[in-house]
Amino acid sequence: MLLSRALLRRHTVLPGFDLALGFALLYLSLIVLIPLSAAFLRTFALTWPEFVEATTTPRVLASYRLTFGASLLAALLNAVFGLVTAWVLLRYRFPFKRLVDALVDLPFALPTAVAGIALTAIWAENGWLGRWLPFKVSFTPLGVWVALVFIGLPFVVRTLQPVLEDIDRELEEAAATLGASRRQTFVKVILPILTPALLTGFALAFARALGEYGSVIFIAGNMPMVSEITPLLIITKLEQYDYAGATAIAVVMLVAAFALLLLINLLQAWSRKRQGGL
Amino acid sequence: MNTAVASTLSAAGPAAAAPATAAPATAAPAGVPPRAIRDATAEPRWVQWTLVGLALAFMTLFLFVPLATVFVEAFRKGIGVYLASITEPDALSSIRLTLIAAGISVPLNLVFGLAAAWAIAKFEFRGKNVLLTLIDLPFSVSPVIAGLIYVLVFGLQGWFGEWLRDHDLKVIFAVPGIVLATLFVTFPFVARELIPLMQAQGIEQEEAARVLGAGGWQTFRRVTLPNVRWALLYGVILCNARAMGEFGAVSVVSGHIRGQTNTMPLHIEIAYNEYQFAAAFAVASLLAGLALVTLAAKHFVERRVRRELRDGLPE
Repeated sequence: MLLSRALLRRHTVLPGFDLALGFALLYLSLIVLIPLSAAFLRTFALTWPEFVEATTTPRVLASYRLTFGASLLAALLNAVFGLVTAWVLLRYRFPFKRLVDALVDLPFALPTAVAGIALTAIWAENGWLGRWLPFKVSFTPLGVWVALVFIGLPFVVRTLQPVLEDIDRELEEAAATLGASRRQTFVKVILPILTPALLTGFALAFARALGEYGSVIFIAGNMPMVSEITPLLIITKLEQYDYAGATAIAVVMLVAAFALLLLINLLQAWSRKRQGGL
Repeated sequence: MNTAVASTLSAAGPAAAAPATAAPATAAPAGVPPRAIRDATAEPRWVQWTLVGLALAFMTLFLFVPLATVFVEAFRKGIGVYLASITEPDALSSIRLTLIAAGISVPLNLVFGLAAAWAIAKFEFRGKNVLLTLIDLPFSVSPVIAGLIYVLVFGLQGWFGEWLRDHDLKVIFAVPGIVLATLFVTFPFVARELIPLMQAQGIEQEEAARVLGAGGWQTFRRVTLPNVRWALLYGVILCNARAMGEFGAVSVVSGHIRGQTNTMPLHIEIAYNEYQFAAAFAVASLLAGLALVTLAAKHFVERRVRRELRDGLPE
């Protein structure tokens, strides 16, 4: 009764609000909110200088550079090829199109450890493709990047597809009638409509890559200062019973993740407004 | 309302609508051959083929080849080694633990998903957007951190560490920790599938049922549940796939005790690190098979949801 009286905006004949919301809030608190707050509360046990020291040692800084850099570059590649893939899937006919469309989601469904060993088998020095390459992929930052491209692949395609589907072809016809070339139409008419969704997909892929662990650690080789990602560093600290250090780094990553989540929500609101306005 | 429908469709994916866009959007004005209009709003042939080629090359390199690798490597040493790899005691115990973890976490998250979706989709209340964001929160938390937070709560140095030790209970490095970590990472899946669909469906049918004298549970069971059954099924399938495949979070809380706290992904890691590649890929192929079943289910459910949204519901 309390919840419905305090929160409901208008009267309704449907029952079960208190029970449903009450259970949802309780479960959310127990499984997500209280454990997550443990990370922040544990960090308050550190003084500020201790926190700064734990989160800015050269090894930690190198892991940030690798994690953020490789995630950014992977999201960039996914933005470009995601746009191409979404475009051809909606606009053109070609063989195996439905199969390709269905398999775009594979990185969501395939367990990360499975992806990790498969990518390593391909790109290792004696791997399927790795043996033909003049440079090393596994055990280098390049290997980290390959894994992050894989796990970020669906995001841009799947955020672009519904927007691309909604574009009114009359807009393009109007542009053509007014004398625009196909390239001009794409750059000045289609791309501006796609921009919010493209940025959203990019941010989603980036956010996912930042926290990724399973698909990266096999191919990365995990050499400190070279190919050691931040999530792995957290595990390493835990295994050395350095709980404070592990938690401090985790808080840095959590803050980055939450900032990105906020950005993604804003981008999605922008995207909806842009779509609604058309 | 419109945005809710759009987001449902976006979650449902574009596969089914692709043919619709292939048809010309407008009839050609008199005197202009349709072909000219089509040419003016389409790319030259060579551009089309280049783009298709690029997309296929990208997908082949980053999706098809890794997927094929799993199965080729699994069967490289023959079917005998494959069968032996998935039936050895450690592999079997990892399969059992994975089934236990998924068997507990999927039903719990299903109940949560239904409760959250009922509250969010059928009522207007303050703080709804905050709740929606909080439900998605586990997706933006690194799996490693998901494991870490449970160590901070239940580990030996954690909040309840001493109490648990005094009562001879084990959460971390034991099955309960694995279940908790799995619950966290699979938390949003069912809710996320249900909420946009139930928002799009509105409350008219439930209101009608109530007015006609149906009780609360009756309305839920006979009206709401049948309306969302496909999305529910898909949410459960996704939740299950993630529960069985989770690696990072489970890895932090498991302690890797062979035959006791190893799930299938952890078993894969250990076998791989011991250079038993055929064994690692054999167990991996089971999970890859599950991933393919998940994708097929997605494809099937999307078509059903689309059709029901189009035909089945009053405006």
